[in-house]
Amino acid sequence: MADFDTLEADRPLLIADGLSKSYGRIAACRDVSFSLYPGEVLAIVGESGSGKSTLLQLLSGQLAASGGQVSYRMRDGVTRDLAALGEAERRLLFRTDWGFVHQDPAQGLRMAVSAGANVGERLMAVGWNHYGRIRESASDWLTRVEIDVARIDDAPRTYSGGMRQRLQIARNLVTGPRLVFMDEPTGGLDVSVQARLLDLLRNLVAELHLAVVIVTHDLAVARLLSHRVMVMKGGRVIETGLTDQVLDDPREPYTQLLVSSILPP
Amino acid sequence: MNAPAYNFAYLDEQTKRMIRRAILKAIAIPGYQVPFASREMPMPYGWGTGGVQVTAAILGPQDVLKVIDQGSDDTTNAISIRKFFAKTAGVATTTSTEEATVIQTRHRIPEASLHANQVLVYQVPIPEPLRFLEPRETETRRMHALAEYGLMHVKLYEDIARFGHIATAYAYPVKVNARYVMDPSPTPKFDNPKMDNCPALQLFGAGREKRIYAIPPHTKVVSLDFEDHPFEPYRFNAPCALCGAENSYLDEIVTDDKGSRMFVCSDTDYCEGRQAAGHHGALSAAPYKDKAQGKAREKANG
Repeated sequence: MADFDTLEADRPLLIADGLSKSYGRIAACRDVSFSLYPGEVLAIVGESGSGKSTLLQLLSGQLAASGGQVSYRMRDGVTRDLAALGEAERRLLFRTDWGFVHQDPAQGLRMAVSAGANVGERLMAVGWNHYGRIRESASDWLTRVEIDVARIDDAPRTYSGGMRQRLQIARNLVTGPRLVFMDEPTGGLDVSVQARLLDLLRNLVAELHLAVVIVTHDLAVARLLSHRVMVMKGGRVIETGLTDQVLDDPREPYTQLLVSSILPP
Repeated sequence: MNAPAYNFAYLDEQTKRMIRRAILKAIAIPGYQVPFASREMPMPYGWGTGGVQVTAAILGPQDVLKVIDQGSDDTTNAISIRKFFAKTAGVATTTSTEEATVIQTRHRIPEASLHANQVLVYQVPIPEPLRFLEPRETETRRMHALAEYGLMHVKLYEDIARFGHIATAYAYPVKVNARYVMDPSPTPKFDNPKMDNCPALQLFGAGREKRIYAIPPHTKVVSLDFEDHPFEPYRFNAPCALCGAENSYLDEIVTDDKGSRMFVCSDTDYCEGRQAAGHHGALSAAPYKDKAQGKAREKANG
């Protein structure tokens, strides 16, 4: 079993190869290549307009690339080109083996249905047909993301910003995904709530052995969560490496600027 | 001057052909919503413009038409549509479920079991069962195409979470032929079991939303539910006050402002048939055979 696990961990989960995306003359993303391994957290940092979000959309198959390809190792162990997957397969992947945490929880949640149904939706989508078990699983996940189970029947629009974001995370993790994409998960939250959310995320990621691609402009988030960092500017990856190495000893002038732009508290 | 002002059954032949093509496609793919070029009809949307177009397209000179609204043959909507086709198509009309060959209905399926030579035409306001959960038409179409129906259970989940049981009482979603999830129009869920393996052809027309869908005869129709909260048809726990029926769908009629109410069959033809056969309920006027109401009124007038 141990051998099997090592073997699994040795093979990349997600491979980006020469990814580019251009909108007419504007190249939003140029020649991005990397491999992401199971359990690894990769942060993509850079200023607005640097192509981070475009890259995230390319990786998650929401946007067709102008060049290059993304491959993903499916649960059956076969690595497949995402562009070659049928729409049904891609959507199934999206609601079972993947998660996507939006910056704005309203985009990732159904604001008008209860928290329990929000968490249970993915389960029902994969054929769970037992109310009691769906509810049990939903309460379990609410507890894990530190939401009071008494609020399971309340709609997310009655929740605070931090709670919504935690609910969104629970909703994504309920099917036991192996890869989660996060787009500025802490954006728009106040600092104490951010700290709690990051703490929670760090625990969940370690506990569930999740691979994560997290897009952020906040270097503190990158430092706290990620193992590796990719710095983007003008659609290119200008620097990549271990988080501590890149943030403590930045090589590129732009990264140096980025790191030095953090205001001391 | 004697030339008829309208083509047979109001719509021109080209339009009827277009609607028939949509109907054929709908029958070929049970439960699938086929878009069609819905016409304006001489009645407001919401009064059965879809049903009327379907009826106009399938009606032949030999057909016998019955129109019901909430089970009743004598409400404004039912009478108007019946008169409309009597005038524009010259077809025979009836209130008897047994004799009719085409039955246009709003919100009910007749109590009497249907037979193979009948077509049931439903008036549908909102054909998309996923609409209130997913507002985007592009997305709901994709969900139908990929048979992604988890969202439908989200609605049922919400019901149980709020009310402790599946509180959806009408427009209860069904799965047709183990493929498409369909809105059975706002019929009470009491009627859902009647759709399953029905010998009659069932056609659904939504005029405003421009969709036609169908359940061919003897097609499997399953009401969605949870294992631990199975589908249950709902019925007021009372016999019909006029005919004593214990198994028909009942209307609740408030009879004064002190909380009194009576429950009567919503299917008037079924109720009258039973009364004519000698059944009677707690509130029926005696003697039942004399048609007391009509005579009493004549006397009062005369």
